[in-house]
Amino acid sequence: MTSPLAPLFGLGLRKPHYHDFLEGDVPVDFVEVISENFMVPGGRPRDVLRRVREKHPVALHGVSMSIGSADGIDRDYLLRLRALADEVEPMLVSDHLCWTRTGGFNSHDLLPLPYTEEALDVVCRNVDRAQDILRRALVIENPSSYLAFTGAEMTEWEFIAALCQRTGCGLLLDVNNIHVSAVNHGFDAHAYVAGVPLEQVRQIHLAGHTQGRELLIDTHDQPVPDPVWALFGTVMRKLGTDVAVMIERDDNIPPLADLLDELDVARSIARNGSPAWA
Amino acid sequence: MGLNTTKPHANSLGAMQADFRRWLAEADESAAERLPLADRRGLSVYQNNYRAQLMDCLEASYTQTLALIGADAFRSAAAHHVDAVPPHSWTLDEYAEGLPGTLAALFPDQPEAADLARLELALAEAFVAPDAPALSLADMPDVAWDTATLRLVPSATFLALSTNAADIWAALNREEAPPAADHDGGVRALILWRHDFTCCFQPMDAQEAALLPRLATGLRFETMCEELVEALGPDHGIALAGELLARWSQAGLLRHPDR
Repeated sequence: MTSPLAPLFGLGLRKPHYHDFLEGDVPVDFVEVISENFMVPGGRPRDVLRRVREKHPVALHGVSMSIGSADGIDRDYLLRLRALADEVEPMLVSDHLCWTRTGGFNSHDLLPLPYTEEALDVVCRNVDRAQDILRRALVIENPSSYLAFTGAEMTEWEFIAALCQRTGCGLLLDVNNIHVSAVNHGFDAHAYVAGVPLEQVRQIHLAGHTQGRELLIDTHDQPVPDPVWALFGTVMRKLGTDVAVMIERDDNIPPLADLLDELDVARSIARNGSPAWA
Repeated sequence: MGLNTTKPHANSLGAMQADFRRWLAEADESAAERLPLADRRGLSVYQNNYRAQLMDCLEASYTQTLALIGADAFRSAAAHHVDAVPPHSWTLDEYAEGLPGTLAALFPDQPEAADLARLELALAEAFVAPDAPALSLADMPDVAWDTATLRLVPSATFLALSTNAADIWAALNREEAPPAADHDGGVRALILWRHDFTCCFQPMDAQEAALLPRLATGLRFETMCEELVEALGPDHGIALAGELLARWSQAGLLRHPDR
């Protein structure tokens, strides 16, 4: 059992582990699912989600809301997401600070936003509308990015702070994304952590990345690396509220036991400020 | 990501996003040049991600078609499709829908490739079709047959193939060498559906091809019996009605009339 303000520790639900979650007793406090994978009329995906939900609280994590679209928000998408959320009764509904859609084109990639007043107005308007349609607060994840725009009028953390303040949305702090973007763009990850509204953090993602030719790439195909663990320790020392922490692995997926071991490292850092082996 | 005192590009956010789309979908260099970027190194990362995501979607959606025509030919066709058809929907599942048409255009002398892709697509759609309670043999005694309306389960759909793609699919599914393509057998009518969580298909004989599509909108069992009696006489007509009902129920094709 966890105390009301203790962190929760969970994993993303991925196909290679369906059997473990359905037939076993996996020691996690919650699972996160990719919303779009279950926004289907019926069949096995919905059955899996129903059965997992009987065992665990579920967080819905989306990739297609496109809250940064200048075109506005996709009402049909949000109504489908609301229907899923009404059935699942999730602990959180989240998506990314990015855009994926413009003029009827959907990139299926999390594309970067310029941190301008104009973009902030667009994102706030879209988040307000999404929260109205969903009838629940959204939780927005900080992105990893490979581009920076000229004409930025604020830093990413200032943008996020303003977004949270204006819309009341929560923050999903992806510690790996902070590290990846800090390395790619040359900013101080600790300044980022100091600048975001930690009281709004509802969830934390931990993941691994890959060194590309010139940039770090957010691949989610590796164990959580030491710099990300270290930054996670910093975040957990500053957080004064309950938060749901999870390992996010989307490719090169290992046996569930390996991810549970990584989750134990997260528990240790959250409890002691450092991993058990340090 | 340092602050830059230059005022934002004359582009509004919407114009920037439109140019970004042209770069991703059309590799339009002039659109990329217009993007107000402080650091352009990552442009190729986004374009690679975009294309890889769509290629992966097509490969995962058409594993049998890839096996039939070979990885090189499939990837070449998929790359052609990615160039020609940008994605529109919020769900990647819909992106796979257009590939059979592209294969038909690229491989006019191998219609089994497009047919096989259509079959794979239909199976994928049935896999996530709406749930509904199916009529089982055990349910039959409790149904009021004099008033019951026969309806197909929501996953049921029909396919008309011009080749033996269904036989090819079955062989590949057993990990056996596929039979030679047959383009000369005329139209093969199939019904395809999901029974519990397993997708199934089977060819329809002439009698089924005439009746089953009518069950998509509902056909009273009494009407079906009357029509079969009129066509075949009372003994054969009633016997066939009972046989079809049992066959379809056993296969999980019929929606329970009372649930």
